[in-house]
Amino acid sequence: MPEIKELVKGLADKYGRARESLMPILQGVVLENNFVSDIAMTEIARELDIATAEVYGTATFYSFLDTEPRGKFVIRVCKTITCDMHGKKRVIEKIEDLLKIKMGETTQDKKFTLLTTNCLGWCHQGPVMLVNSTPYPSLDENKVTEIIMEYMSK
Amino acid sequence: MAEKIKINIDGIALEIEKGTTILDAAKSVNVKIPSLCYHEDLCVAGNCRVCVVEVEGRKNLVASCAAPAEDGMVVKTTTPKVRSARTDIISLLVSEHNTQCTTCYRSTNCELQSLASEYNVDSERYLSVLKPNIKVDKSSYSIEKDDSKCVRCQRCVRTCAELQHVNAITVAHKGKDMKISTFMDLPMNDVVCVNCGQCVTHCPTGALTERRYYHEIWDAIGDPDKHVVINTAPSVRVALGEMLGFPVGTRVTGKMVTALKKIGFNSVLDTDFTADLTIIEEGHEFLDRVTRALKNGEKVALPMITSCSPGWVKFIEHMYPEHLDHLSTCKSPQQMFGALTKTFYAEKMGIDPSKIVSVAAMPCAAKKFEANRPEMKSSGYQDVDAGLTTREIGHMIKQSGLDFVNLPDSKFDSYMGESSGAAVIFGATGGVMEAALRTVYEVVTGREVPFKNLAITPVRGLEGIKEATIKLEKVLPAYSFLEGVEVKVAIAHGLKNARTIMDQIKDGKSPYHFIEIMACPGGCIGGGGQPIPTNDEIRKKRIAAIYAEDEGMPIRKSHEVPEIKKIYESYLIKPLGHKSHELLHTHYKKRNRY
Amino acid sequence: MENVKRVDLIFGEYTQEKYKILEETMKKSNEQIITEMINSGLKGRGGAGFLTGMKWKFTAQEKEPTKYVVCNADEGEPGTFKDREILTKVPRKVFSGMAICGKAIGAKIGFMYLRGEYSYLVPDLMAELDIYHEHAKRFNLDFTIELRMGSGAYICGEESALFESIEGKRGEPRNKPPYPTVSGVFGKPTVINNVETFVNAVMIMKYGAEEFKKIGTTDSRGSKVFSISGDTPKAGIYELELGMTVAQFVEEFGDGDTKAVQVGGASGFCVPRKKFKDTIIGFEGVPTGGSMMIFNSSRSMYNVLHNYLDFFEEESCGQCTPCRVGCQQLLKGIQAVKKGEKPSSYLNQLLKLSENMKITAKCGLGQSVANSFSSIVDNFKEEMIY
Ligand SMILES: Cc1cc2nc3c(=O)[nH]c(=O)nc-3n(C[C@H](O)[C@H](O)[C@H](O)COP(=O)(O)O)c2cc1C
Ligand code: SF4
Ligand code: SF4
Ligand code: SF4
Ligand code: SF4
Ligand code: FES
Ligand code: FES
Repeated sequence: MPEIKELVKGLADKYGRARESLMPILQGVVLENNFVSDIAMTEIARELDIATAEVYGTATFYSFLDTEPRGKFVIRVCKTITCDMHGKKRVIEKIEDLLKIKMGETTQDKKFTLLTTNCLGWCHQGPVMLVNSTPYPSLDENKVTEIIMEYMSK
Repeated sequence: MAEKIKINIDGIALEIEKGTTILDAAKSVNVKIPSLCYHEDLCVAGNCRVCVVEVEGRKNLVASCAAPAEDGMVVKTTTPKVRSARTDIISLLVSEHNTQCTTCYRSTNCELQSLASEYNVDSERYLSVLKPNIKVDKSSYSIEKDDSKCVRCQRCVRTCAELQHVNAITVAHKGKDMKISTFMDLPMNDVVCVNCGQCVTHCPTGALTERRYYHEIWDAIGDPDKHVVINTAPSVRVALGEMLGFPVGTRVTGKMVTALKKIGFNSVLDTDFTADLTIIEEGHEFLDRVTRALKNGEKVALPMITSCSPGWVKFIEHMYPEHLDHLSTCKSPQQMFGALTKTFYAEKMGIDPSKIVSVAAMPCAAKKFEANRPEMKSSGYQDVDAGLTTREIGHMIKQSGLDFVNLPDSKFDSYMGESSGAAVIFGATGGVMEAALRTVYEVVTGREVPFKNLAITPVRGLEGIKEATIKLEKVLPAYSFLEGVEVKVAIAHGLKNARTIMDQIKDGKSPYHFIEIMACPGGCIGGGGQPIPTNDEIRKKRIAAIYAEDEGMPIRKSHEVPEIKKIYESYLIKPLGHKSHELLHTHYKKRNRY
Repeated sequence: MENVKRVDLIFGEYTQEKYKILEETMKKSNEQIITEMINSGLKGRGGAGFLTGMKWKFTAQEKEPTKYVVCNADEGEPGTFKDREILTKVPRKVFSGMAICGKAIGAKIGFMYLRGEYSYLVPDLMAELDIYHEHAKRFNLDFTIELRMGSGAYICGEESALFESIEGKRGEPRNKPPYPTVSGVFGKPTVINNVETFVNAVMIMKYGAEEFKKIGTTDSRGSKVFSISGDTPKAGIYELELGMTVAQFVEEFGDGDTKAVQVGGASGFCVPRKKFKDTIIGFEGVPTGGSMMIFNSSRSMYNVLHNYLDFFEEESCGQCTPCRVGCQQLLKGIQAVKKGEKPSSYLNQLLKLSENMKITAKCGLGQSVANSFSSIVDNFKEEMIY
């Protein structure tokens, strides 16, 4: 908990304490912790002198600002039309199989969370997924296995 | 001079000030455009889209509440295109709604219900997209939140943010999941909500309501073992009529008393009695603080701030916990009344206090929470068993089948039924200050306040923060240290304004000695328990009724009320005395801001 | 290859010397820049197609001393990925365009709002920004550019939602008027343009309005960067001249079995085979922010529409009734018809609803759901029912 306090304070020092700093601070927390906890939101509210509800309302608007615990590696597979047409379903099944979790879940060891997302801007090379902020285009079952295996060893 | 422009609405040519919205322009020529997310008190949201109209030359319809009229505009408000769109929008709202009107507290006073019936929408048009398993949040003593009745107009969120600066509720998530939520969707009693109920009076539907207690009271009335006492706050009598067939601003004091007696309350008393008592206690507390500060040079917390508004009290506990010593230690009139009911009154009447059920009829939602504060048990019992809103009282009278409009008048019972005009004006912003000044000035100088007809006009009106300065001259010998002192007072209503006042205190820059703060805009007449709708036009009429009631009272100053004098002679002995401290004063609690 | 005309403007050479075009442009007066922009006839590349020069002019005319330039790099429209490519290959041109605009309208600060999905680009963009700021200092240009990130919300591409987001709030679109040129980010006059629009501005400064006008048609000046995906052997980014027909386009990019082309993304129009010949791609026909999705006859258009509606009901900001509830109803409605729970005539009710959404929704998202909905339902009714 003291780490969260420090983290938020550090981010507020860096980005400032005006309302416009809320997004960068939330993003900074997600970068560090993969989600924004209630404690983090409370600290942010305190630093920026705004209501906790406002922080929560803003965070929940954005799909990448998760307010639920997420694994170290958040996998987001594009589910929009061209990725859908080009086999996102098989890719997702493969990941579920590899990680032994269902869509939306986090592995027991808190290492991976599997989510879907909307168009990632790689439609010509679908299916595509993001692992944290790194995009992986042109996926098929083999390629996704390789990638996940690599992350497993990290 | 604002620039004028010419427009045409439904064939009516009119000239209006530039910047006027189409909706307001239409209103000015009696063209009523239906609306939902719009509220006079709040900033424009433009999200419900019910108010759309056709503007000649534009493909898309225009949200009239948000669109400023432009020179030469030709507006049509009821074309087939508009009607079709509006009907569709209302149907969509209904399709998302838990349409249980038959069991809904807001039935017949609901904006969605009226729209749906006006447009005769077909409930079969669309499939239901109501979210399953929505639970009503009944965690708070004051507020109930039922998301299944929410039309997502955000009026509550704007109220809590703009008028009250509390931000207990917010809009969360997006798209189909968008909803009104607290921080982490916690129960209402776990967040910074101050229970003011302003979100309730601004909610168009039954999504936000006060928690009701009147069923229990009906039961108590029916129980021959129980002695049920009710006291009614000043603001109730100037607003209750609105629910029962009278125009806004009608005083229905006498009929209200008759109705409550007929309903079966054993005793119908007047909260004004303890309002007068508050003035005596609070006035002396103020003089005591001033004496200690100016005469003895002690460090005491000044300005002193009134504490009659429980929404305000919880606000300062959350937001400025380090400044609680500025609050007067006086309980609110409701709580003084409760404490005395089960002690003084019980003694006088020879009734076992454990058999007394003490009820307060209040314009307020926060009083419910206040009644349930753990420290409010100085009689040895829960001092106030239930705080009912004006709306609940209205419902009870409707349920009783009484022909309210034609009821004869009657008078409050005794003991604790007598009061002054000073107590009545507690209902309007500035009223407590005015009442206090009427007494304090006289205590210090021996003369009446130097205002015509006792009307201290600078503290009256709807301005957010009001100030006045009163110079003390030719004071009585006991107060010689106050000779020539200019007493600076301020009045704030609506917690947004309270925040301004508190920030001054926080920065050590407050120029005042005495401050009145009421949580609700307009004071209690605009309270969170008052009839819906409430807006400035209505507030003004209720305030006018309050001052008219004051002027009609034979006694206008708290310290002149015979029952008040008597209670000090026979029971309380003296202001701020031992008994007073036990029954009439309280302490506060630091709460979390975040 | 005469069917579709390729162009090499956007990705073409900047100049050998870094920020040379920008430096040259600094010698022009603000009026000159704006006049040239207006003369070029350039229309915004973000979708709405407003005349860029006029936007700059209106903002320049505002008396308020503080103004902003915003580059919309939120690219969230399904099927669009050209801004990512531009930011990867020619970020210098984008920053130059923003700076030119800043000078012309009298702004000192520019924001680039980049979608969270592209955050992997940040290090490179920051490096280029350092270079930009160095050069700006060299020729005394007082215009700094800051990078702001989105976090996964398509609606933040809508200009007023984007401003809200930069201000640290929920991305809920605002009422209009006031328009951004009067009251944009932080309530100040703001020019907001798409990434590609800014690049075009630079190229107009380089070649002049007259040269620029020679490309494209009267209604659609200049080239357009297309993002081509779906059933095509040639998926990718192409810079083409506007004004071709869908038939010409399909001949070049289709797989020989094309049954429909979705022009302009989920919020654009679906053109069925029978209309390929008569439909021009450009502001005179079907406008597009660049997204071209090609479907062959193996695809179910019901699934396509279902996917779009899934997208909209999630990505709507949710504030206004027609869009929030309307999207849910359209989706639930086509499901019910497909399952036989509602008669096929219910589709007409839904079409009427989508028309009402178009004329009553608060912003472009809700207003444009009807584009794909009615063009798919009208043209592929059988697929919706059976
Ligand atoms: C729902 C919605 C999403 C949008 N997304 C984008 C976007 O990702 N990028 C963009 O440049 N414009 C987008 N726009 C258009 C912008 O609102 C705005 O018109 C544009 O940025 C103006 O730039 P331009 O004139 O250069 O096209 C979107 C509009 C709507 C209604
Ligand atoms: S909120 Fe209104 S429409 Fe909804 S159930 Fe209650 S009375 Fe009916
Ligand atoms: S009762 Fe008052 S403080 Fe509580 S949510 Fe409603 S408006 Fe806000
Ligand atoms: S709770 Fe009431 S005021 Fe708040 S959004 Fe819902 S319907 Fe509107
Ligand atoms: S149309 Fe949709 S996205 Fe736009 S304001 Fe309305 S709900 Fe939000
Ligand atoms: S559809 Fe998957 S990246 Fe665009
Ligand atoms: S009343 Fe105008 S949009 Fe709601």
